[in-house]
Amino acid sequence: MTEEKPENRKTIKPKNLSKEWPLFEIFVRSKNGLEHRHFGSLHAADAEMAIENARDVYTRRQEGVSIWAVESKDITASNPENQGELYEPAKDKVYRHPTFYDLPIELKHI
Amino acid sequence: MQNLQNLETNFQANIDAGKRIEPKDWMPEKYRKTHIRQISQHAHSEIVGMLPEGNWITRAPSLKRKCTLLAKVQDEAGHGLYLYSAAETLGISRDEMFHQLHTGKAKYSSIFNYPTLSWADMGTIGWLVDGAAIINQVMLTRTSFGPYARAMVRICKEESFHQRQGFEILMTLMRGTDAQKEMAQESVNRFWWPSLMMFGPADKDSPNTEQSVKWKIKLKTNDELRQRFVDIIKPQADFLGLTLPDPDLKWNEKRGHYDFGEIDWEEFWNVVKGNGPCNKERVKARVDAWDEGAWFRDAAVAYAEKKGKRGEEAAA
Repeated sequence: MTEEKPENRKTIKPKNLSKEWPLFEIFVRSKNGLEHRHFGSLHAADAEMAIENARDVYTRRQEGVSIWAVESKDITASNPENQGELYEPAKDKVYRHPTFYDLPIELKHI
Repeated sequence: MQNLQNLETNFQANIDAGKRIEPKDWMPEKYRKTHIRQISQHAHSEIVGMLPEGNWITRAPSLKRKCTLLAKVQDEAGHGLYLYSAAETLGISRDEMFHQLHTGKAKYSSIFNYPTLSWADMGTIGWLVDGAAIINQVMLTRTSFGPYARAMVRICKEESFHQRQGFEILMTLMRGTDAQKEMAQESVNRFWWPSLMMFGPADKDSPNTEQSVKWKIKLKTNDELRQRFVDIIKPQADFLGLTLPDPDLKWNEKRGHYDFGEIDWEEFWNVVKGNGPCNKERVKARVDAWDEGAWFRDAAVAYAEKKGKRGEEAAA
């Protein structure tokens, strides 16, 4: 049996760290009728624990009625560097908005 | 690929225009590092901040006080977690942040290195310490880094209950017996000056302020926030019938603010450097919690992996 010395007990060096729990993104539905919205992220050993932790971290004051947990690494995100090619084409298409169409003011319900 | 000069000019232009910076946006390395340091230290403050109050949970004078104190301490754990997540978006791992706290590389608010000697301290901490934190945090809801600002919005919503419950504890004591009034006054005497120190060094001794203001990490300087705190607290102290332990504290008609005495900066730097009354005890409590929880973290991972494998086998 190895002797347990207090100075050996300290495992604070990152090298000696156990495996870090994965990161989950948490989505919460505030009430029925509304969509799930991104609330934040947290660490958990698995998805089931992520839901339990999310209950404590994000819904201490009845902020939600339903929780989704998604492992962060499974989310594909667009790159801000591609902002131009992704979103600029929509800029000059003002005809997609109702205000583009000039109609007589006396018209109702249109 | 744009050159660095262009990127920096665009970055500053976005900040000047009031746009928020999000994690995947380009940012100067120093902006990233400053935020990692500031957000992680803010998170550590929430986590270490649970310790002085945790000290009184089992000795709260009534079930009602025990419930509210528990809820408050639980909120602080939550606030720490919101902030750690915000810092992680900048590319530092949670465990690395813990490591920095445990080895003393990262600091936390010095106020938590003072002991909580009486029940009245629970009132004073809520009123003065959370009150000072709120002033800082309200400013930070408009800080330029998106995840930090969003965490602050959530924290501020929850924090106002903390200050009100603290004020109520002191109000109850001040309506009580002479001994209770004395207990409240003694507590405020101990916490007043350390609370003022929470806003950090004076502007003239705070070399990073200028850059932080330019990047909208800070929207007000330490001295401006400290003045605001004094102006808010003094009338509340009068309402409670408590004396703030500063003979120089008085209304200045010309400035439209309260004047107050010089802070003992030697004490401030001493506590920052690790020589406060509880520095060692606080860090030890965190290191012990980390070490003693290692078996649980490992077991949870082992269980999750085993369950995952079983799932794969079933699917095959």
